[in-house]
Amino acid sequence: MMTIRQTLGDVSIASVETPPEYEGGSLGLTPTKAALKRARKHHGLKIGFGILLVMAVFALFAPWLAPHDPYMQNLSLRMLPPVWNEGGSWEYLLGTDHLGRDYLSRLIHGARISMAIGLGAASIGAVIGVTLGLLAGYFGGWIDQAVNFLVTCQLAVPSLLLIMALVFVIGQSVTVVIFVIGVTHWVFYLVVTRSATLRLRELDFVAAANAMGCSKFQIAVSEVLPNLTNQIMVIFTLEVAVAILNEATLSFLGLGIPSPLPSWGLMIAEGKTAMFFQPWLVILPGIALFILVIAINLLGDGVRDVTVTNRRN
Amino acid sequence: MLNYVLRRGFMALLVALTVSFATFSLFHFATDPAQTIAGEDAPQEMVDDIREQYGFDRPVLVQYGDWLGGVFDGDFGKSYFWKQPVVDLIQEHAGVTILLALSSLLVTILIALPLGISAALRPNSWVDRFALSTAVSAQAIPNFWLGLMVIILFAVTFPIFPVSGDATWKHYVLPSLVLGASSVPAVMRLTRTGLLDVLSSDYIRTARAKGFMGYRLILQQAMRNALLPIVSVLAVQLGNKLGGSVVTESVFSMNGLGRLAVESIFNSDIPTVQSLILIFVLTFVLLTLAADLINAWLDPRIRMG
Repeated sequence: MMTIRQTLGDVSIASVETPPEYEGGSLGLTPTKAALKRARKHHGLKIGFGILLVMAVFALFAPWLAPHDPYMQNLSLRMLPPVWNEGGSWEYLLGTDHLGRDYLSRLIHGARISMAIGLGAASIGAVIGVTLGLLAGYFGGWIDQAVNFLVTCQLAVPSLLLIMALVFVIGQSVTVVIFVIGVTHWVFYLVVTRSATLRLRELDFVAAANAMGCSKFQIAVSEVLPNLTNQIMVIFTLEVAVAILNEATLSFLGLGIPSPLPSWGLMIAEGKTAMFFQPWLVILPGIALFILVIAINLLGDGVRDVTVTNRRN
Repeated sequence: MLNYVLRRGFMALLVALTVSFATFSLFHFATDPAQTIAGEDAPQEMVDDIREQYGFDRPVLVQYGDWLGGVFDGDFGKSYFWKQPVVDLIQEHAGVTILLALSSLLVTILIALPLGISAALRPNSWVDRFALSTAVSAQAIPNFWLGLMVIILFAVTFPIFPVSGDATWKHYVLPSLVLGASSVPAVMRLTRTGLLDVLSSDYIRTARAKGFMGYRLILQQAMRNALLPIVSVLAVQLGNKLGGSVVTESVFSMNGLGRLAVESIFNSDIPTVQSLILIFVLTFVLLTLAADLINAWLDPRIRMG
């Protein structure tokens, strides 16, 4: 029977099923220190982390760093081009949109929305997926079968369509979008948690905890779970990226973040009508999305490389 | 083998029914279909009349059974919004989506397989690094935005292809490229790791020792086994493209099932939405089932085991 990994079509986390093996040269270091040592040599991780740090600073301090108010309309200054185009001004570095709002300020404030949605949705998905994965992997039996059926159902529905239907039914707001993307993206966490739990529960320290009289719940939470942190962290970063792209798509289609909030997806949708004459309205938010998502993916791949070193190569 | 097929088929049917019942209940509990049909500011008596006439006051399970009974007779109900049978709507729109899904799958195969194979043949070379960085960047590009960019580039700046619509084959070129690109990273990575695995196995070493080399080794010996996971992932990606068509069809204004789904969600047209979700889910489970069967046929270990 087809494995879920093939169904998901992504093998980038395939390595988590084999136990980590630490490279020579890091002998005598704790695993965390060894991982940090490897991290300092990993270019992708450093680049991703650096970009994210800058974007996070902009997102956190957006009200102080943005040159203008992102909601301030000025109809006499509509659709100003960016500074490098003819007619652009230093006052509005990246130009203005169809309502005369400063584009740079909207982009900076948009980073807040993307990051909030990415972190929020990925956390909700993590709680659901890890819980179900621990249950299925540790208890097995009918619980495992029920969870497996749930996964098959979740994978069979086109997730974007499901998200859109849910947002439409519940109502459009930032909270709803976070919640809905979260509850539809837990399968990856589940698959990895389940298979790792299956492997871990056979090990001696679990048997020891069992012999000491720990309850199954205690073993699952305080013996098995701490050993999954690395894998969960890697999936978390990848799911943050997926959630951000999902939100942008949703907002672009008009069923995500409500106007006038400066969501990058929504900005692309608003700029679409004018894209043949003012293409930067569409190009700039897309580039912002691309940079944010690629930085997160670089960080995620890097974390995987330095914490789970046994890669197939 | 028959047992295997029956078990998998039963599972597929169960999944499709569960999902379709879940969507049905979701819409029935969260929206008021009688109000939708009557219109926003219809008088209360009219709404009540419609509720009784359509049987919306009955338990959800009964209503669902009713609708499902119709589905088996080929009757998917009548659209609240377009006021015509859902079957007709689906027939009108299905062609565009099927054509788009198949042509974009072709794009995926033509890009991902050669890239994945050449990366696996020379691990850690510049080809490999190029393939991996292509995958990493392609994963980070929002697909709808890529659609807008190719429109600006190939329909406006260099007017080679039409901007939108679905009338001729030329209309399908850009959408297929965009939708096809979305599956390239997954398929490429799987081809690469799959082939790398096979190439390091014992039977390939034996084949090499017997003098198999170059393309005969790769195509006749290695690809046969490396294809197994690729078949599965391609089936899944084809299923995903039905969902992906929601975005691509909106960007390129094509009248397919994806766009129909978006519009019926916006108009809370329950019969159309639930029929489309049932069709999407059924297609997905049937595709994965077909992939499993092809795998069982290609690989005796699955068939016998």
